[in-house]
Amino acid sequence: MTDLHVNFAGVSLKNPVVVASGTFGFGREYGAFYDLSELGAICVKGLTLSQRAGNPPPRIAETPGGMLNAVGLQNPGVDGFIARELPELRRHDVKIIANISGNTVEEYGILCQKLAAVSVDMLELNISCPNVKEGGLAFGTSPQSAAAVTAEAKRNAGTVPVMVKLSPNVTDIVSIAKAVEDAGADAISMINTLLGMRIDIHTRRPVLRNNTGGLSGPAILPIAIRMVYQVRQAVSIPILGMGGITTGEDAVEFLLAGANAIAVGSANFQNPYAPLLVRDGIASYMQENGISRVDRLTNGVQTWTPCRASCEEELT
Amino acid sequence: MPIQKTCTILRSERLIPYGYSLVLDAGEIADTAHPGQFLQVQCDGQFLRRPISICDAGAGRIRIVFEIKGKGTQILAKKRVGDSVDVIGPLGHGFPIHGETVLLVGGGIGAAPLFFAARRCLGTVHAILGFRSANTAVLTEVFRSVCRQVDFTTEDGSLGESGFVDGPLRRRLEETKYTRILACGPQPMLRAVAKIAAEFNVPCFVSMEERMACGVGACLGCACKMKDGSYQRVCHDGPVFSASEVSFDD
Ligand SMILES: Cc1cc2nc3c(=O)[nH]c(=O)nc-3n(C[C@H](O)[C@H](O)[C@H](O)COP(=O)(O)OP(=O)(O)OC[C@H]3O[C@@H](n4cnc5c(N)ncnc54)[C@H](O)[C@@H]3O)c2cc1C
Ligand SMILES: Cc1cc2nc3c(=O)[nH]c(=O)nc-3n(C[C@H](O)[C@H](O)[C@H](O)COP(=O)(O)O)c2cc1C
Ligand code: FES
Repeated sequence: MTDLHVNFAGVSLKNPVVVASGTFGFGREYGAFYDLSELGAICVKGLTLSQRAGNPPPRIAETPGGMLNAVGLQNPGVDGFIARELPELRRHDVKIIANISGNTVEEYGILCQKLAAVSVDMLELNISCPNVKEGGLAFGTSPQSAAAVTAEAKRNAGTVPVMVKLSPNVTDIVSIAKAVEDAGADAISMINTLLGMRIDIHTRRPVLRNNTGGLSGPAILPIAIRMVYQVRQAVSIPILGMGGITTGEDAVEFLLAGANAIAVGSANFQNPYAPLLVRDGIASYMQENGISRVDRLTNGVQTWTPCRASCEEELT
Repeated sequence: MPIQKTCTILRSERLIPYGYSLVLDAGEIADTAHPGQFLQVQCDGQFLRRPISICDAGAGRIRIVFEIKGKGTQILAKKRVGDSVDVIGPLGHGFPIHGETVLLVGGGIGAAPLFFAARRCLGTVHAILGFRSANTAVLTEVFRSVCRQVDFTTEDGSLGESGFVDGPLRRRLEETKYTRILACGPQPMLRAVAKIAAEFNVPCFVSMEERMACGVGACLGCACKMKDGSYQRVCHDGPVFSASEVSFDD
């Protein structure tokens, strides 16, 4: 028997497969393909205090092994979400993680209060969106501001666990991970998209109207694995790992690197059933390797001991 | 309801130097398809699917007609009979097909979805199709066979009237009281058609294009600006919109 259940920062997930914020809307569209209750959890599209129109198009560009997006946090606002989307989501037996972005530290607090009042299962602080001018990424690039946002969220979230989503667009992701853990974060999700750009050589214009955008998809997987591994060495809170996952094998890699659960993002665009294939892939890996509980995979990587002088000698 | 299906290619044809036609064994997708809807087509080796309109559907088969623009469509053009192609569809909201007299206005490969509309429209159908030149014109014969009247324009005058669709469009609108206009083609053409339709007070529906990721309404990647300043999803709220609601200025 394979047991896919995980206790993620106190939230009970029936399997470790979550869908990543911004790639799954509020569940309605993919709910037409399969029963959303098959998922561990749904991270909803990033919410802000007031509704946002988003960036002008084009917002999407193809890249080798992935894509760029510059959606710009288009969303109905937190109140619109609570009134129109949450009741619909609640009809499914799936945990709901509300992803939020504020322009100021205070806004994160207000968002947490509103969402804790309607008992979402978890809060995910997006301090790493590369596509909006104010807030977003700015909070995610220094340990101090990341800690300040985390502490404010914790003060306002009541009993709802707070997860902080880290940006890979930083020089030292470990110091930010430690800062949010110290500030009281219950979990970390990582990674958000990497800042990228493409240029149409015929028009000499960037493909995206926003000029730059966030890179996601298989191209970023090795970076995400490395970062999850590094952060796992430094913190003890659970990690939701993501970045380029398309198969069960990819997900197992994240778990071995130190993730406690994983999220499927851009892969949904290629294959609407990707999250279910990932889930089944994890289960087959466990069966083939005689692993009964999925949480036994976490942090299971056996790293090589660093090679010493001898390697260098051979090279010279 | 959209479904994902690996379809076998039943026919493959080169129509013009850069234009191809594929007939897919699409099962249920074909049976529920409505004119103006599209497929998200997987092109081997590309991360994102490519949106391609349904040009015709019936008896479990779908025809798509497309132009080579870049890598994705290049890969698709190499497909042969017996190969398979993974698609999701039918997607989006298509053209309204009721109405007594309908005028179709197509530009270039934009003629493709209008052909399906021409086949399904219940009333009298007239069409105006504009191309760059005679050797890039597609579907001319089949349009002639399903429409009461077809006018062609080409930029070099090699087929039909020389110039854009505007001239014949104004003439037709002066002669006939149309219930509605359905248009698909490059953005500048759509803008012109929308403007002329408004002058003549004829309801007009346009099929918009935008780069897509999911194609099903989940990612908000395919934004189309509306007159009220909001963005709608081309893949889910469109691709067909009422021309009076779309903001054509960039
Ligand atoms: C609803 C809809 C229906 C369409 N129907 C047809 C059709 O029936 N026949 C046809 O020939 N073409 C159609 N197109 C346009 C077609 O999708 C693009 O030409 C195609 O995606 C180009 O891909 P590529 O890889 O060959 O080109 P590249 O330029 O290499 O594409 C790179 C990226 O740009 C996107 N892209 C480039 N041009 C367009 C465009 N005009 N619209 C949307 N995305 C674009 C691609 O999807 C891809 O993500 C349709 C577009 C939409 C939105
Ligand atoms: C179109 C799109 C929109 C996204 N929107 C959000 C968002 O609103 N909030 C957020 O925290 N992350 C957002 N992300 C980032 C994803 O949740 C995820 O971190 C990233 O895409 C990496 O995973 P992937 O490679 O599996 O897609 C978005 C990603 C994409 C592709
Ligand atoms: S392409 Fe994702 S919402 Fe339209």
